Amino acid sequence: MKVIEVKGLTKSYGDFKAVAGIDLTIEAGEIFALLGPNGAGKTTTVEILAGFRDREAGSVSVLGFDPATKGDAGRAWRNRIGIVLQTASDAGSFKVREIVKHFSAFYANPRDVDQVIEAVGLSEKRDSLVLELSGGQRRRLDVALGIIGSPELLFLDEPTTGFDPEARRAFWSLIRDLKAGGTTILLTTHYLDEAEELADRVAVIAAGKIIEVSTPALLGGRSTAKATVSWLGSNGIQTEESDNPTAVVSKLAAQFGGDIPELVITRPSLEDIYLKMIGGQHE
Amino acid sequence: MEIIQFSRQKEAVVFTIFFPVILLAIFGSVFKDTIAPGVTFSQYFVAGMIASGLVNSGFQNIAINIPLERDMGAIKRLRGTPLPITSYFIGKAISVFASMAVQVIILLIIGTAFFGLNLPTEPSKWLTFTWILILGTACATALGVAFSAVPKNGRGASAIVSPVVIVLQFFSGVFFVFTQLPGWMQQVAAIFPLKWLTQGMRSVFLPDTFAAQEVAQSWESGRTALILFAWLIAGLFLAVKTFRWENK
Repeated sequence: MKVIEVKGLTKSYGDFKAVAGIDLTIEAGEIFALLGPNGAGKTTTVEILAGFRDREAGSVSVLGFDPATKGDAGRAWRNRIGIVLQTASDAGSFKVREIVKHFSAFYANPRDVDQVIEAVGLSEKRDSLVLELSGGQRRRLDVALGIIGSPELLFLDEPTTGFDPEARRAFWSLIRDLKAGGTTILLTTHYLDEAEELADRVAVIAAGKIIEVSTPALLGGRSTAKATVSWLGSNGIQTEESDNPTAVVSKLAAQFGGDIPELVITRPSLEDIYLKMIGGQHE
Repeated sequence: MEIIQFSRQKEAVVFTIFFPVILLAIFGSVFKDTIAPGVTFSQYFVAGMIASGLVNSGFQNIAINIPLERDMGAIKRLRGTPLPITSYFIGKAISVFASMAVQVIILLIIGTAFFGLNLPTEPSKWLTFTWILILGTACATALGVAFSAVPKNGRGASAIVSPVVIVLQFFSGVFFVFTQLPGWMQQVAAIFPLKWLTQGMRSVFLPDTFAAQEVAQSWESGRTALILFAWLIAGLFLAVKTFRWENK
């Protein structure tokens, strides 16, 4: 079932084409990552899909609804989605539990407040004031406010920007739990490892256009790209690219009669593929 | 929720609620003259301060707080929920009325205790007091919401809004007896609601004999209501048209 369908989405700010014709389809229950450098149009796209911004051209259907529809019709739709924005610093003087409870009242079918607080790992901070939370905790609260309404679809805009590695892993685990619970998730990120870790499918976006949509493993023909074998030879580090690295290693093993010094076999990382893909878009 | 948030911000509470009281204490003590038979300046001033209090809670507070909330992403977040926009404004209005009520009560207590303010004895005066209070606060709030679109961000909001309020207070007969202001100032002030609010408050607290001292030799209650109402409508109209969910 298609949760989001976008065709020909365009949005300009004056002369600047932030989104230059984008097609997207997102299936129910998947984690879909919109991966791209800053200024690529990720946030604009998500804001249009979430109903915060009007589009210039193209058709958009989110859970069967056009987000640009004005008026009360939007309320029933907003009941079904959750939105986690970039940096927000509001509600400072409230306690964590207070603000989550407050937001739960907006929705027709909210989740249990304490359960949500626990799901995002903030149980210890239930009675703390929001302004006392660390950056990572603040973000988790943002997610709590995004999921309190039991959304079918969750928008996450650059959720782990500024997190330390440990906080990121914990956050990823939370997102995976949400997916396990059946929520469809659209996240934007400029972190490659995040896209690789979380996403079922990735769309690489740069300069307002989608370059490719694929699974992280297949992105950019990665799985079929040549591996690089490097070792310490008589003239220093030597490398050889090959489609069949095992054959190369066998040959080297015979050559060295056993242990191959400083042997490293690498397949192109997502980063290599990614940088190559977006490199072509810089005018 | 709005009230909890407000009351937890200690600076805001002190400033909004106690500042008029402090001003009253200062001015009331300095200017002890009698400005007309049976009427001291302090009494004139208290009436003006009550009117100011409404403007303070409604206009000043709102026009500064909304840009601050906008800055912090609070309003954008609410926009993504099923909460209807009107609920947000109703919440704000309730918070304004609550803070206004506290201010007025404190001013009344201090005014009667220390500055010779006479509480009205006739029910008709209390009626006047009530409708002026409600209409005045609603008007100030609507204008506050409308004006909240002007400051580009929260930090600049105070710098833009506060001078507007203070200048208006000077023009409108809060700090000086209105009829003693230059003619052109009186005419400019008459366009804005505060002058009428202060006059209305005076009609409640000062003896009717004082009415002869006012600009039109009467309290002009009808015209007061009309002008306040007109500003309320204008404020609502502008508020709906110009409300900004986020800084851009």
